[in-house]
Amino acid sequence: LSATPETPKEDGRPKWDNKFQYILSCIGFAVGLGNVWRFPYLCQIHGGGAFLIPYFIALLFEGIPLLHLELALGQCLRKGSIGAWNTISPYLGGVGVGSWMVSVLVSLYYNTVLTWVMWYFINSFQEPLPWSVCPLNENRTGFNEECYESTAVNYFWYRKTLNITPDIAESGTFQWWLILCLAACWAIVYLCTIRGIETTGKAIYVTAIFPYLVLTIFLIQGLTLPGATEGLTYLFTPNLNTLKNPRVWLDAATQIFFSLSLAFGGLIAFASYNPTKNDCEKDAVTVAIVNSMTSLYASIPVFSVLGFKATTAYWDCLDRNIINIINEFDLPEESIMRQNYTSWISFLNSSYPEKIAGLKLKSCDLQEFLDQSVSGTGLAFIVFTQAIILMPGSQAWAILFFIMLFSLGLSSMFGNIEGVFTPLLELQIIPKSAPKELLSGIICLISFLIALCFTLGSGSYWIDIFDRYAGSVPLLVIAFFEVIGVVYIYKIKRFSEDVEWMTGRKLNLFWQITWRFISPLLLLIVFMAFVTLQMQKPPSYTAWNPKYEDFPMKEEKVYPPWVQAICVLLAALPCVCVPLVALFHLVKRKRRSKEPSLVPPEVSSCQGANS
Amino acid sequence: YAWDANEEYLFKAMVAFAMRRHSSKSTTQISNVLLCNVTDRVSFWFVVTDSSKNVTTVPGSEVEAAIRMNRNRINNAFLLSDKTLQFLKITSTLSPPVEPSTPVWLIVFGVVLCLIVAGIIFLIVSGIQKHKKKNKESTETENLEEKVEVTLENGIPCEALDLKAGHINGVFAADDDRFTSL
Repeated sequence: LSATPETPKEDGRPKWDNKFQYILSCIGFAVGLGNVWRFPYLCQIHGGGAFLIPYFIALLFEGIPLLHLELALGQCLRKGSIGAWNTISPYLGGVGVGSWMVSVLVSLYYNTVLTWVMWYFINSFQEPLPWSVCPLNENRTGFNEECYESTAVNYFWYRKTLNITPDIAESGTFQWWLILCLAACWAIVYLCTIRGIETTGKAIYVTAIFPYLVLTIFLIQGLTLPGATEGLTYLFTPNLNTLKNPRVWLDAATQIFFSLSLAFGGLIAFASYNPTKNDCEKDAVTVAIVNSMTSLYASIPVFSVLGFKATTAYWDCLDRNIINIINEFDLPEESIMRQNYTSWISFLNSSYPEKIAGLKLKSCDLQEFLDQSVSGTGLAFIVFTQAIILMPGSQAWAILFFIMLFSLGLSSMFGNIEGVFTPLLELQIIPKSAPKELLSGIICLISFLIALCFTLGSGSYWIDIFDRYAGSVPLLVIAFFEVIGVVYIYKIKRFSEDVEWMTGRKLNLFWQITWRFISPLLLLIVFMAFVTLQMQKPPSYTAWNPKYEDFPMKEEKVYPPWVQAICVLLAALPCVCVPLVALFHLVKRKRRSKEPSLVPPEVSSCQGANS
Repeated sequence: YAWDANEEYLFKAMVAFAMRRHSSKSTTQISNVLLCNVTDRVSFWFVVTDSSKNVTTVPGSEVEAAIRMNRNRINNAFLLSDKTLQFLKITSTLSPPVEPSTPVWLIVFGVVLCLIVAGIIFLIVSGIQKHKKKNKESTETENLEEKVEVTLENGIPCEALDLKAGHINGVFAADDDRFTSL
């Protein structure tokens, strides 16, 4: 008797309560923090609306085919990533192991990002918001120096949250407040994934739908803010010249790839809980389109708020200049307003040029403020928090914003954890009589203990490393082998028959062409371009160093050799699993049979597994 | 409000008040405060003279100290703040933000953590209960099977009993007339 309380199918495998839960889980996995803080940034730096062209091309020829492949694979073989690839061919088992490893590495650091989000969330209940004011220095005559030279928002992020060290080699101490938040985050993940999809299926209703509500609220609010239109026109004005730059195409391809969370094994795991007679083609197209639409939808409030922030900064700049001029020339109050500022300046410049020069007025340019583009954690924790301070009712906006980020990240975590959990469950690491809750508890506990490293002073530097190396190159490699493995080892003919059996209609020519030629080619090109770009300059990072002469600019530093070795290890370890496992099986076969045979072992078909 | 002679009078009075409080000399009069170079911008210079010492001006540092001590009162007299009423070269001592004894975030964190732990305990306990119920159900179905076997193995098999068509008991059949007919 199995101890699992889930309602099993005939083969004892848990299943989704309904189709909607499955689709929502896939969408939640795909829609993550990157949709909010990476896509708008890419749109901005790559020519606004023009970026959508390479983005949709990449979606069509790379994103949707790979997504369809993974969902069809999982649904057909009804196993997690390791089991599925072992079933296709023992030589390809390394692909599954590689996916599993990447899921482990990404889960570790992704939850630490959620820790930061939670820390900001629980700090949003104060009046005034702690990142809006600088703390005072010791003798209370002025503000804390580090805070004064940069901004209060920067200070709260780098000092009060991360307590960052100026160099990655200096580990610093454990930040106890981050450890508390990390424990809470892993407890939440455990709570939601405690029984696998039975519990995540319920949690996903909230975590996948809630961000859309908040985005809509922010959309409405953002559009009413002054300066929103400037931000939006800046974002969407197409600049077709950027398309000549190959970097733009590369960024579009990588963005689509990572945004859809391909090659993690999580999608295979989700699809494996489906009934086999399910239209995976329609599911794949639905999930991919919803993901891209969400990116677009999210960029509207983000850019309204950024436009508002730029406009406010521009007005502040103008106001400061106006005060200086009025003080200098003893003009009556409100004689110079923002509207007639330029005419006044030109008049004063012609009549008293030396005085104006002596004032050292900062040139205020709205374009310059709009050009300050940030992505990633900088967008959420520095730029957006600053904009929130300027809105009326900041606490409510901050709370909403951080709950939204938390839900987005949590639904992606479900996919990551599922990619770790399902293969382990099938490999029967723990005895069958032990409850599932034990395995998920062990996974969460071990991950929490390892992730404690990220709560050190240098933690955020390490998270950048994990993000850049463990969460990028290995995925491209694994996806490439996925496509090659299915098309050329499992044989496309057999696979198209399987898909036909599952969906009930013949495989479209589009899938044949993309799976056979276009997607692997694209992946190869993207991979090589990506690696070439990384190799061009020695890997460096920007450090927050208060003693730096150009402070508050961040200091550009090069990674020390031992850190570079770790980077290479992180990128290479999942990739190297693929040939290693193949080699292992080859050696095993050679030892077993006297003459080496190049015929791959008996490959099971998905119809055979279920008929 | 507009800046007129009355406001200037109030200002002089406030400065005199500040000087009196600071140096605890009750000799400073409103006439000791002199304003000059008043502009439309509402900015001006002022000096405080000391009538007891041969009409000399009080040193600037003393005036600064006096104003700094009573800044709050001066601001409030004019319904202005440190930002809107500026004294050049007098930086304001900033008041520290109000800090509650327990940081607020710790309280919120405690609430969140309690909810999570309650949820986990609930799920684990319900899982154990379901597991026990399933075990009990499976043992019950086993018992039921045994019962069925027992009844068959009883002295008289049930089927044998059923096969006998219903015997009419003569004793009761005769009493049919006693019963009231419906």
